Amino acid sequence: MLRNRFGKVVAGAATGAMLLAAAACGGGDTTEGAPSAAPTDAASAPAASGAKVGLAYDIGGRGDQSFNDSAAAGLDKAKAELGVEVNELEAGNGEAESAKEERLRLLASGGFNPVIAVGFAYSASVAKVAAEFPDTKFAIVDDDAAKGANISNLVFAEEQGSFLVGAAAALKSTKGDVGFVGGVEVPLIKKFQAGFEAGAKAVKPDIKIQSKYLTQPPDFSGFGDPAKGKTAAEGMFDAGADVVYQAAGGSGAGVFEAAKAAGGMAIGVDSDQAKTADPTVADVIITSMLKKVDVAVFDFIKSFTSGSVAAGPKVYDLAAGGVDYSTTGGKVDDIKTKLDEYKAKIASGEITVPKE
Amino acid sequence: MTSSFTDRLLGRVKLTGWVSLAAPLLAILFAAVVTSIVLSLTGNPVLDTFVTMVDYGSQPRSLVLILNYATTYYLSALAVALGFRMNLFNIGVDGQYRLAGLVAAAVGGAVTLPAPFHPILIILVAMLVGAAWAGIAGILKATRGVSEVISTIMLNTIATGLGAYLLAEWAVPIAGGNNIGTTPIAASGHVPGVALVPGSSLKVFGLIFLAVAVGIGFHVLLNKTRFGFDLRATGRSEQAAVASGVNVKRMVVYAMLISGGMAGLIGMPQLLGEAYSYSLNFQAGLGFTGIAIALLGRNNPVGIAFGALLWGFLDVSSNILDLHKISPEIVTIMQGVIVLSVVIAYELAHRYSVVAEQKRVSRELAGAAPTPEKEGAAA
Repeated sequence: MLRNRFGKVVAGAATGAMLLAAAACGGGDTTEGAPSAAPTDAASAPAASGAKVGLAYDIGGRGDQSFNDSAAAGLDKAKAELGVEVNELEAGNGEAESAKEERLRLLASGGFNPVIAVGFAYSASVAKVAAEFPDTKFAIVDDDAAKGANISNLVFAEEQGSFLVGAAAALKSTKGDVGFVGGVEVPLIKKFQAGFEAGAKAVKPDIKIQSKYLTQPPDFSGFGDPAKGKTAAEGMFDAGADVVYQAAGGSGAGVFEAAKAAGGMAIGVDSDQAKTADPTVADVIITSMLKKVDVAVFDFIKSFTSGSVAAGPKVYDLAAGGVDYSTTGGKVDDIKTKLDEYKAKIASGEITVPKE
Repeated sequence: MTSSFTDRLLGRVKLTGWVSLAAPLLAILFAAVVTSIVLSLTGNPVLDTFVTMVDYGSQPRSLVLILNYATTYYLSALAVALGFRMNLFNIGVDGQYRLAGLVAAAVGGAVTLPAPFHPILIILVAMLVGAAWAGIAGILKATRGVSEVISTIMLNTIATGLGAYLLAEWAVPIAGGNNIGTTPIAASGHVPGVALVPGSSLKVFGLIFLAVAVGIGFHVLLNKTRFGFDLRATGRSEQAAVASGVNVKRMVVYAMLISGGMAGLIGMPQLLGEAYSYSLNFQAGLGFTGIAIALLGRNNPVGIAFGALLWGFLDVSSNILDLHKISPEIVTIMQGVIVLSVVIAYELAHRYSVVAEQKRVSRELAGAAPTPEKEGAAA
């Protein structure tokens, strides 16, 4: 009996790890074609500015159809329009702090300048590495804590964008019951939740809002596990919700699947997910909260190539066009006037959206 | 003497001679072959990849990182190995060290003591919390017969939830950041690094010496004490241990307490040597890495040390792969194959040595000529 127990656990653990890795490899491959062609592209680009941009992704990396992909879009645009050379590195789940630091250091010491870190997890690492490489410009997305003469902080007013999709959810819901799926219960994602709830309640004060987070820190798998997202969203649709908003990175794909199966509606996040999500489920996405990481990344690279990088925080809010809602698919065209009303009120400061 | 697969798997049966060295080396070679196949299937240059990894992994800076990774892995694997030696599968090391790290960081941030006492207090708190959390599983097994595999997995999940709650209660937000963490530990609680590797400004965790001490303590406890004998005896055969007067239930609780106490140390090198605060970036999942390394090292403190260093090397050198557009997950595949093939290689080595022994004996018997006629007839 023992023989079986240990044998199975060992074999299971080992093969499981291999399968996971193989799956991750497979996922990586699809995206690897593009970057590996990068040097030739950059070389042939006429407007080559000579800048070598290094970018470090958060967990999930390029291909998460959400947060990281938004950064990737900005990078791709910079490559195409500014002719910069790029290299992208990806974070692993459950890695040591020193691995993040090392990633940035590898980029900086490899002659990449500027270096862009995507995600607040890089905060301490950016502060440390930026001090070691004073001649390299660094940017960090979603963090205002890392300070330095060569650090630009690209931060967003996620709660304002979430307010708009919260209002859209409430306007679209026929059952008066909406849901929020957060990836990991961290302060950043709580801003999405706070904005969403405020927006939904602004439309309909007695609306029922179901909220769930997929994992708790330090477990960050909630940003990259579609199965978890699907289960959570299924529960919400079963309990009577008809619109679910996800702020769960790569796990969001599961939320869309659940919406499709339940005949419900879903709201995407970060990227315009009606365009980026799997086409078989994209039709359930009525709108997406756009967090224009792509704009921020592109702006930063552009300011670098023109020699006008400003250190310190740059806030991308509704007024600055840093957050917004998407209209792809025309599913919110009927309520667009109302949403734009809210948008104007937030931008003018008439409505203050809570952050938690 | 016959031995079960489990006994051989967990290193309770010792291999001797050259096979004991050949087995792991063959396993690593085999893993390299499998990795090469995967690399070439995915269209990556095989030789270049390995050269790049070794090249980067042997730089002074990388060596420091390898030692730092290995320190953490070593402690984790030892915590797991202690249970293994007694047939206790402590899968809860992960939850034990995370909870211990959180509580210890909070206590360390809340008090200020003179230098030597501050880190000692933090380490003691971590050990106590780890032991207490593991002790729950031990007591459940001893009193109610609950399988520790089940209870420790459940306790991992509970530790995650409890940890999230406590972090939310104790954490101080970092101004402008999206991160939260416990109050940073004052300088008196830091354990300074040591410059072990020439040519790198990066320092090795001071607590590497604690890890070495724990390794020595592990060896002494298991091989030189009555307790260790009882523990190993219980692992080999519970019935025989009971018959010879070992209180198995008490042993279960003690073993879990010690395993958990060791688990509490896992987060300490990083906490006291680098992070100084339990934040959202606190590394999770080390308890599971420990299981793999314990198996790799055959639950032997020296074997585990090699396993931890190998793991550290693979993890550190994987950093460079992404820069060369090779999926770093290739290293995860390699690690998985190594564990699996080490298990298989040892099993084959055991069978080989059994057959070799039988051949040797029969040859000697045949050579010894006429006297053993009676025995020969009996056989």
